[in-house]
Amino acid sequence: MIKRLLTICAATILLAACETASTDSNEVVGSSSGTSSASGAAASASSNTSSTSNMASDSASSASSASSAGGSSSIGSIKSPDELLAKVGSTVYFDYDQSTLTAEAQATLDRQAAFLKASPSFRITIEGHCDERGTREYNLALGDRRASAVRDYLVAKGINASRLSTISYGKERPSVGGSNETSYSLNRRSISKID
Amino acid sequence: MLKIYFLICLLFTSLISSASNSQTTRIKITDGQVARIPIAIADFTGPDGTPTAEGRQISKIISDDLRNSGLFAPVDTAAFINPPSSPDITPNFDNWSPLGVEGLIIGSAYFDDENVLQLEFKLWDVVTQKALTEGGGSAAPAGLRRIAHKVADFVYVEFTGDKKYFDTKIVYISESGPQDKRIKRLAIMDQDGHNHRFLTSGRDLVLTPRFSPTAHEIAYLNYFNDEPNIYLFQIATGQTEKLGSFPGMTFAPRFHPDGNKLIMSLAKDGSTNIFEMDLLTRDTRQLTNTVHIDTAPSYSPDGNNIVFESDRDGRQQLFIMDRDGSNVERISYNKGRYATPVWSPRGDVIAFTKMMGGEFFIGIMRTDGSGERLLARGFLVEAPTWAPNGRVLMYYKQEKFKEDGSGGKTSLHKIDITGFNEIIVNTPADASDPAWSPLLGSKP
Repeated sequence: MIKRLLTICAATILLAACETASTDSNEVVGSSSGTSSASGAAASASSNTSSTSNMASDSASSASSASSAGGSSSIGSIKSPDELLAKVGSTVYFDYDQSTLTAEAQATLDRQAAFLKASPSFRITIEGHCDERGTREYNLALGDRRASAVRDYLVAKGINASRLSTISYGKERPSVGGSNETSYSLNRRSISKID
Repeated sequence: MLKIYFLICLLFTSLISSASNSQTTRIKITDGQVARIPIAIADFTGPDGTPTAEGRQISKIISDDLRNSGLFAPVDTAAFINPPSSPDITPNFDNWSPLGVEGLIIGSAYFDDENVLQLEFKLWDVVTQKALTEGGGSAAPAGLRRIAHKVADFVYVEFTGDKKYFDTKIVYISESGPQDKRIKRLAIMDQDGHNHRFLTSGRDLVLTPRFSPTAHEIAYLNYFNDEPNIYLFQIATGQTEKLGSFPGMTFAPRFHPDGNKLIMSLAKDGSTNIFEMDLLTRDTRQLTNTVHIDTAPSYSPDGNNIVFESDRDGRQQLFIMDRDGSNVERISYNKGRYATPVWSPRGDVIAFTKMMGGEFFIGIMRTDGSGERLLARGFLVEAPTWAPNGRVLMYYKQEKFKEDGSGGKTSLHKIDITGFNEIIVNTPADASDPAWSPLLGSKP
């Protein structure tokens, strides 16, 4: 129990460090690529669709509560592990039919790796997701490819593979509603969740 | 003329005598338009020579089957003058030729003292004034719809020269709820949408069901315990069983035509390859070995070849290989991406989903990739499945979702492979991933 508390404290301190480094909360949502249209879409969707998207509203609420707590690392602001991970950035985005990690995705995963190193008792499951513009079986395979790309990156950053599992949901679990390019860009993603 | 008898017991169906000797195809196709065969189906009568309630129901089932095939135009019974009171009576053709019908079905159907349905029918050629086929059988009350489908099958075979397909079932995924929390359930129904039944509760995500060659089992993808794997569902008992234990996700199952083997994909470490499982020994062997995505495999009807999709050349394309994984050859070379290939039960063509220019299509091509024809298109059409006669395809169609997650109507459709008669298949809720059963009662 004490060890667990220490772990969370460590994670909280790490978070505070991340927060000072990050310029705004936009990178919690992230963006799918370096192209301006995709990152613009992601940013606009983060403000427009937060009511319909669990992921987006979770990020938003954790971000706002974190900012209200300010720089204080008081023990009273302990969050759930998933909230902490969401603050670090649990979601990375992919281009259409791609599993390559963009610079922004890598930056998010670098923070995930630091988080996992600081919290060695946590294990995570990486979910791979796709937009609806592919066939069902292929998207199941593509979701596996995306989740595996994230796992491989974290392993390369020193996280033990035994702490990481993957699952693909293909196009079955979009986070953002609608059949349009904005929702597609936000649904092509991986989410890391603490087991 | 053939005399055909069939019997439907509580669960099982046996054909005492069957097969038609008629190879006359009367379907005329001109400029893509099919001239439907006008046909009259009299209400089936009871022992007293007047139509019975069950007889009217049976006539309607036959009429609906034939009309929905797109190849027949059943004439309204109100136009009939003096239909014969029994299939034993030769009709007065002077009453029928003015209706312009080519075929006339006369039958009797009633429940006897032991509540067994007794049915006889005779199919007449109104032009030559000769009987083409006749038959009969009996069924428990629950078998009424099946026995009617069997009569419709005989009429269909007699006039089209194609094989029958009305006495079949569809397994599919019933969908409900918002886009991000979609509830998906395994469901089964007759080919015409009747006798609908849910097979799973919706607690676990389920996808891509496929019938075994006996139509007694269904292989499908089940997210039980958040561990996606192929499961086997026994329709009679409701028993489910996980198929094997693998270091990754197994999905995209299809049975070998002999029913003893199953082909599937295994996704592991970002690569997806094709495996075959012996269902008796549960041994598996790997057929492809790539770092790419090889999926959606489907056997040829003789079981000796496999068609599948792969992105090994960059984007999804169709490939054929021998059953042991050798002699891989790409067959799709036209514009666009090709997916979900399914070998026709006739063996001559392969149905597929195609993505091109932001649209989805259902199409067919010959097994060497030539002769591509696109039959249906939409924002999202996917997952063709063949009627056992290789003449009709079913698939699902999804409309666009609105931003609040509503909309996105998803429904089953079927279409004649000549590309006409696209019709919706009615389901109680949204529906996707259809799989057409083999003829009921058939053996591998």
